[in-house]
Amino acid sequence: MSLYRLTISEARDLLLKREITVQDIVSSIFTRIDALEKKVSAFLTLTKDEAFRGAEDAQKRIDRGENKSLLGIPFAVKDNMCTRNIRTTCASKILHNFVPPYESTATTRLSAEGSVLIGKTNMDEFAMGSSTENSGVQITKNPWDLERIPGGSSGGSAAAVAADECIAALGSDTGGSIRQPASFCGVVGLKPTYGRVSRYGLVAFASSLDQIGTITKNVRDSAIIMNAIAGHDPCDSTSAPLPVPDFTAVLGRDIRGMRIGIPKEYFIEGMDREVEQAVKEAIRHLESAGAVPVEISLPHTEYAIATYYIIATSEASSNLARYDGVKYGLRNEGKDLMDMYVSTRARGFGAEVKRRIMLGTYALSSGYYDAYYKKSQQVRTLIKKDFEDAFRTVDVLITPTAPTPAFRIGEKTSDPLQMYLSDIFTISVNLAGVPALSVPCGFTSGNLPVGLQIIGKHFDEEALFRIAYAYEQGTEWRMRKPAL
Amino acid sequence: MKISMEEIEHIAVLARLSLSGEEKEVFGLQLSSILDYIEKLNELDTSDTEPTSHVLLLNNIVRDDIPRDSLPREEALKNAPAHTDKFYRVPKIIE
Repeated sequence: MSLYRLTISEARDLLLKREITVQDIVSSIFTRIDALEKKVSAFLTLTKDEAFRGAEDAQKRIDRGENKSLLGIPFAVKDNMCTRNIRTTCASKILHNFVPPYESTATTRLSAEGSVLIGKTNMDEFAMGSSTENSGVQITKNPWDLERIPGGSSGGSAAAVAADECIAALGSDTGGSIRQPASFCGVVGLKPTYGRVSRYGLVAFASSLDQIGTITKNVRDSAIIMNAIAGHDPCDSTSAPLPVPDFTAVLGRDIRGMRIGIPKEYFIEGMDREVEQAVKEAIRHLESAGAVPVEISLPHTEYAIATYYIIATSEASSNLARYDGVKYGLRNEGKDLMDMYVSTRARGFGAEVKRRIMLGTYALSSGYYDAYYKKSQQVRTLIKKDFEDAFRTVDVLITPTAPTPAFRIGEKTSDPLQMYLSDIFTISVNLAGVPALSVPCGFTSGNLPVGLQIIGKHFDEEALFRIAYAYEQGTEWRMRKPAL
Repeated sequence: MKISMEEIEHIAVLARLSLSGEEKEVFGLQLSSILDYIEKLNELDTSDTEPTSHVLLLNNIVRDDIPRDSLPREEALKNAPAHTDKFYRVPKIIE
């Protein structure tokens, strides 16, 4: 078997048995990257030298008998998480040369468990987008069809995992940016509960919505990584001071009697018929495994996108004010200070980022604050309450992750609103702060992956893992690989 | 809702963005159509609804004020486009 195909648990098993070395896996990964990266373009930075040094060190630790959950596992990390002394660009010209002097908590915790960083992945600039076409650097291709987008904004991480260019990856999710690309690339993507994973060192887009999570080849790997990265962090005042369970403990527990809510608002006119069929088939599968489907309603679903695009852009317009050419990144020398600010930002930001800064600035500007920002926060309360009401009667919700499979490169770039609508099934989850996971649930006739979204209560990632693992192990979708 | 050219220019100043004539035109049209879509929120009566700024019920987080090492100055300055040995350098502000 080619080592680049391994999952975390398979690789750890072979490493512990001394059947392979960390250098073997890392070599296999870089051979794979050399062969595929021209086609897929998932990475912005490769850290080959550091990875081989890390591999040598990890192997020594294994030889000494050390046993850590990620010891020797090659990881890819979305390029909006700060990695000390390794360029972190957010796929933006304005940060093209930024080398962080500090490390994000999530990647610190990965390293503490012995993982090996192999590179930083492409994304929509500042995580603003649904296709990774807004990258200021390059277009990432979907490994299942190189003429299609991988989804976004964590498109590089999802494509790298799907193409076996890494064993596992981290992404971030503000409105679906882990789950939608995971769905489009046929891999498992988890957005944990807001506050479950520290955001320290994650370059901020919309602070009340952003959350770091996992993109993996299977459900077990996601649980393994969550054991490493979840938990309170004094450096992030919004990280939750709650105990973290062993997420792998629920894997394999049967799902008989679990109540799965099917929100009727998530099966709508205009969604792809093959997606709808795959998701309904998955629900029947869960039912045959003993879960109890219950039709429920999330009545404010249709307001989620409008709410999101005010809250996210308002927070972004404030967060991105820091890019002014003074402390880091690009500077355009101007005739005075103001001219330096406006011309640096004009040159450094791409069109979508400018559009969102403009929208957010408008929504927060004098005279409009109540009509837009406050109104959106009020509707957010209603959306959150929809979930609270639903979770009084069901354990999880089951929906499609996205209304369509991966679309073609260029298909939606001219109409921002059409692009925003592709996030219709993922956005409410961020507004409510609840956790959700996308697991592959089939393929279209054109051989494009379809994702099933499982949504849980605040801090109940265990229910997601339990359902997702039961479904994954009862089906064979994970065996399929893109022909590259 | 149609956003005027003057409004676009005003927002661009607030956002510290210099926009080309073409960008102003395109953003004007796009923001107008996005705001039309957002009008949808006015279908809902929220007069008695509290706003949610944050989903978790967290109170203010405080800690003891204990001095500790911070980022060394040269580390903090190393990404700056222009700096002296102690400060960020910017165009002259005061005449």
